[in-house]
Amino acid sequence: MFYREAGDFKTSYLQDGQTFPIRFDRYRYYAVLAFGFLVVPFIINDYWANAILLPFLIYAIAAVGLNILTGYCGQVSLGTGGFMAVGAYACYKLMTAFPEVSMFIHVILAGGVTALVGVLFGLPSLRIKGFYLAVATLAAQFFLVWLFNRVPWFYNYSASGQISAPERDVFGIILTGPNAPAWATYLFCLIFLTLAGLIARNLTRGTVGRSWMAIRDMDIAAEIIGVNPLKAKMTAFAVSSFFVGISGALFFSIYLGAVEVGEAFGIQKSFLVLFMVIIGGLGSIFGSFAGAAFLVVLPVVLKLLGVDLLGWPTDIVAHFQLVIVGALIIVFLVLEPHGIAQLWRVVKEKLRLWPFPH
Amino acid sequence: MKKKLTALALGAMLAAGPAMAELVVPSLSYRTGPYAANGIPFADGYADYFTLLNERDGGIGGEMIKIVECETGYNTEKGVECYEGTKGDSPMVYEPLSTGITYQLIPKVTADGIPMHTLGYGRTSAKNGAVFRNIFNYPANYWDGASVAIKHILDQEGGDLKGKKIALVYHNSAYGKEPIRTLEELAKKHGYELSLLPVDHPGQEQKSQWLQIRRERPDYVIMWGWGVMNQVAIQEAVNIRFPMDHFIGIWWSGSENDVLPAGDKADGYKALTFHNLGSDYPIYDDLKKYVVEGGKAAGAGDQLGTALYNRGMYAAMLAAEAIKTAQGLAGTSAITPAQMRDGMEALEITEEKMAGLGLPNFGPAFKVSCENHGGDGYAAVAQWDAKAGSWSLITDYMQSDQEVLAPLVEADSMAYAKENGITPGCN
Repeated sequence: MFYREAGDFKTSYLQDGQTFPIRFDRYRYYAVLAFGFLVVPFIINDYWANAILLPFLIYAIAAVGLNILTGYCGQVSLGTGGFMAVGAYACYKLMTAFPEVSMFIHVILAGGVTALVGVLFGLPSLRIKGFYLAVATLAAQFFLVWLFNRVPWFYNYSASGQISAPERDVFGIILTGPNAPAWATYLFCLIFLTLAGLIARNLTRGTVGRSWMAIRDMDIAAEIIGVNPLKAKMTAFAVSSFFVGISGALFFSIYLGAVEVGEAFGIQKSFLVLFMVIIGGLGSIFGSFAGAAFLVVLPVVLKLLGVDLLGWPTDIVAHFQLVIVGALIIVFLVLEPHGIAQLWRVVKEKLRLWPFPH
Repeated sequence: MKKKLTALALGAMLAAGPAMAELVVPSLSYRTGPYAANGIPFADGYADYFTLLNERDGGIGGEMIKIVECETGYNTEKGVECYEGTKGDSPMVYEPLSTGITYQLIPKVTADGIPMHTLGYGRTSAKNGAVFRNIFNYPANYWDGASVAIKHILDQEGGDLKGKKIALVYHNSAYGKEPIRTLEELAKKHGYELSLLPVDHPGQEQKSQWLQIRRERPDYVIMWGWGVMNQVAIQEAVNIRFPMDHFIGIWWSGSENDVLPAGDKADGYKALTFHNLGSDYPIYDDLKKYVVEGGKAAGAGDQLGTALYNRGMYAAMLAAEAIKTAQGLAGTSAITPAQMRDGMEALEITEEKMAGLGLPNFGPAFKVSCENHGGDGYAAVAQWDAKAGSWSLITDYMQSDQEVLAPLVEADSMAYAKENGITPGCN
């Protein structure tokens, strides 16, 4: 009944190649966008923004970034936390050096800086693969965190070694600092997530994306048919790091406001984003969103249910949270090793035939 | 799926609407994670004191106190979630027990007009209340701690530290980096040589730092540790046979949990403190009668009398006294966070007050004012007696070197004011 192509005729190549070829899907997508942009900003409050929506949007950008590298190009990376730190510190240095420039430009430039650093640390991927590359990116993770802890220039010689975001605005609307309204911070991150999703989706459908996937599926064969591995891998590292850098910049400036590199961008952050990508679904943009939602929203919901609704002691809820999230991860991966995105595809397939499956 | 979850969350939030006619005191605690060993006794002490007031006196000024506990796991992201989740209930005061979360919350509580108390942690320059209107860090701060530690070493060495070597082993975070500036200034004044040894979160791996200490043989080691890092450091010091009475921890490195794993060898280890230790106080009779026997003790109820339990209780006592002061000033018992802030700024702790509360001689007397949100910086040195299994004060309360610290506080707070466009002022 849902998701049917029947009666949906494509009369041009453009129509045939669109992202959502099924009409129902397309309208659902527009509805979600309209809801996100036109409804949520009016009903949002500080709690929703800072506890649920901002972390979801920001982690989704990071997951899209890592999914390009790991899911589409097949290069395993454990350096996400470090690259997010590059984005955050680049954004901080830019914000303090050029206070009059718009935050949009700072965040995009921070992404650009991270892309450069990502390419630099991506160079070893030309020689090493798989687990060994994971170890090389792990080195990037530790080196970058150490660097930002060690060199006082990065944190403007502040006594505590923390960076904290001064108040900055876009077109007169305050975006960072404690006086920023919830709707503005939400919309700012939503715009970046929408752009990231659009760019990523279209890149992965084009030449660049196909060369990434060719490298992922079999790099020697890809090289023989004329895919340049240097170009494919470096573009994957650059695009991936660009998105990860943007998410790091937003994480620091919009969401937390003050950051300590070892705590905020440590190895656990790299794992968290990697788990989002794996649970959501490797090689799927929707999967990145679903994985981020799963790992950001679920703990908060469990906490609200346990502490506020049932009145259990906080430590028991915190322990249960680990147990339940862990168990759900295992259940998901056993039932559907290709992540939530595959589950969604199966559901769509079922819905198409429903209610007459034969 | 996300829609379903958010709907659930919405339901949960509606069900947990704000409570009426109670004074809400949020407790951002951590009972899980690598810092839980230290977080649990503090949270228990903080909650038990308010439970005692509710059970024995019917609250403060007739208003019951409602403790809202929120688990942060010493993690700043969860700390923000806890803050956002509780700030709507007009909370009296935040006590996050984490320097990282404190830095996170300083601008937020200032914008929202809610006071925050950081008892011996957090941002030192918050002492300057003209800049940090809503932040209080009485009765002592990290720079006081660093200065008192050096004073104690001076006493030990007969007043001369020329050519002595002092090593600082610190948690590599905003918390651990706090004393560095003071120790460097004091090194200029007293002529000792300072070496810095950072330990990364969570601090279970310290072999290389202690190898370096073994090689360099510093005369004294000062430690700024927290959680599991303390236990590991004391064990490593025992392993390299470092003389324990030359090893001085900040007050956050001086709980029973930190020294017990090293057994008898930890005997003689020193730690600073800004309040008294042990359970030999009249208030403990009341705690046993009203809280423990009534089955209302927080957590497992087995932390009474430990150093950090006492500190949590002390924090709660200071908050309760500030609430009383605020109620007196406002002329109403149902005070708002803004009135609470004024109460904290007018807080005066005297010996008589503490004796009346059942805590005679428990801490230094001090008076808060707008210019001074940080007390007078008195701290004492406690030493661990492994045989008796208890801490005992071995010095009187000493005041920190205000001559060195006052300009540092002034410079740092003014830099913050400039960065954030705050006009310092007291009205």
